[in-house]
Amino acid sequence: MRASRLVSLAAGALLALTLTVSVLLLRCIDTVRSGAPLEEVLYVSSPKVLKRMSLGYDGLLADIYWTRAVQYFGGKHHSGVKRYDLLAPLLEITTQLDPHLLVAYEYGANFLAPAPPLGAGMPERAIALQEFGIRNNPDDWHLYYNEGFVYYTELSDYAKAADAFARGARRPHAHPFLAVMAGRMAEHAGDLQMARMMWSTTYDTTRDKSVKANAAAHLRALQVDEDVTVLEQINNRYHQMTGRFAGSFGELASAGLLRGTPLDPLGHAYKLMPDGRVEMAKKFPA
Amino acid sequence: MSSRVFNIAFNTFREAVRDRVLYNLVAFALLMTGAAILVGQISIDIERLVVVNLGLTAVSLFGMVIAIFIGIGLVSKEIEKRTLYTVLSRPVRRWEFIVGKFFGLAGTLIVNSVCMAVGVFAALFYVSRHFQSADGWVLVGLYFIILQFLIVTSLTLLFSSFSSPLLSAVFAFSLFVIGSFSEDLRGFASMTRGISKWLATAAAYLVPNFSALNVISSVAHQNSVSGQLIVYNTAYALFYATMALSGAVLIFERRNLK
Repeated sequence: MRASRLVSLAAGALLALTLTVSVLLLRCIDTVRSGAPLEEVLYVSSPKVLKRMSLGYDGLLADIYWTRAVQYFGGKHHSGVKRYDLLAPLLEITTQLDPHLLVAYEYGANFLAPAPPLGAGMPERAIALQEFGIRNNPDDWHLYYNEGFVYYTELSDYAKAADAFARGARRPHAHPFLAVMAGRMAEHAGDLQMARMMWSTTYDTTRDKSVKANAAAHLRALQVDEDVTVLEQINNRYHQMTGRFAGSFGELASAGLLRGTPLDPLGHAYKLMPDGRVEMAKKFPA
Repeated sequence: MSSRVFNIAFNTFREAVRDRVLYNLVAFALLMTGAAILVGQISIDIERLVVVNLGLTAVSLFGMVIAIFIGIGLVSKEIEKRTLYTVLSRPVRRWEFIVGKFFGLAGTLIVNSVCMAVGVFAALFYVSRHFQSADGWVLVGLYFIILQFLIVTSLTLLFSSFSSPLLSAVFAFSLFVIGSFSEDLRGFASMTRGISKWLATAAAYLVPNFSALNVISSVAHQNSVSGQLIVYNTAYALFYATMALSGAVLIFERRNLK
């Protein structure tokens, strides 16, 4: 009886020890294999084959592929890689396995279309993804918005963007901004206010954290664009008045052209360059 | 002590080799490898790839089936036939019985895997007409498959130490499937928050990580496997198997066999 208790104690201690070591080893394996399942090879690239192989559990498989798409882009973006060759096939497989997974279309519009390093630089495939989504979810206004968004931001095709927004505005429960965007597109395409409206809509309507963060970063960048343009105009006016560019914002303030030292959206002061240009003191974190 | 464990292991091995189901599965695995040759002939330029993928997959799946279906009967069959009482009435401790059973089945699986590996390499030579240095990575793939077998064998023993054969098979097979998706499970865990994140992460680390031990696709593409991964995977499989085996011993020591 005592021997049996001794064995039980030893087995219990061994179990606890081996469990701890196993978890630690798993963490070591993770560091060796970081991104291993997401190498630049997609062994089964046909969504149709995958759908058949899933034996009807295509919803679960879509969720797995969606996770992989997010991890693939996030992992590569974090490590500073500028090629995302698998993002398009991963999103295409995800949406073909589950055509109603709307977040995948939104992700495609935001990260498949923009040029590297912000995205995969594949606007045409992002458009095709939205078209596929619209065919399968014709009443969802987000997809029309996504399509117009890609036409506007990446392809500068304002006519097609206006058309997509107008189609989206006719969907039930469409965001009121869609009709406004469709109307304003012809007149104000390409101006900062229009771009701000687009990114604000994305920021307000998305539930995806990475898409929200991306929209916030673009809104900050737009704010900087606007600030820099205004500050350079003020500095040019100072040049006209004094024959030289201001050496500091204090000089501009003393001349009555500025109230104080202007700050960027993250609270850092802008930098005045000797040739009159205005730059950010610190770049935004990626 | 070691001779008693060895005797139980040897008898388990002998019994398993005599098992007709085992022979059928080995024959079928070899048949699959033979089919690889035919598939290889109709797969233009990827014959080698198909042979390695199909061959190693066959070794892995049939080995898993053998490990699960023989493993679940190792304890229950002995109780059913009442041979366990004969064994335990001799100077054999319960933990020695469990450990002996484990080594017996592990030995059976290793011998089977080696036989099937010979078939895979024969098929590989048939389609390529020569061996390349990259074929050495196929051996690493096979080695990892054997490590998977060690984990599955220990798990089936753990389940069969307290459950019926049918439920043990279901548990072991479910863990194999979940373990094959363990990296995705960790992916899901990283996307959740709060208590569910902790629970999902704990579950992801508790289930066996079979995905790290599956390099079939990689070696089929002649990609190398890092030495560090081989060392870590070996240590992981040994520790995980010891953990499951300790659990089995802990339960079996307290089990009322009357």
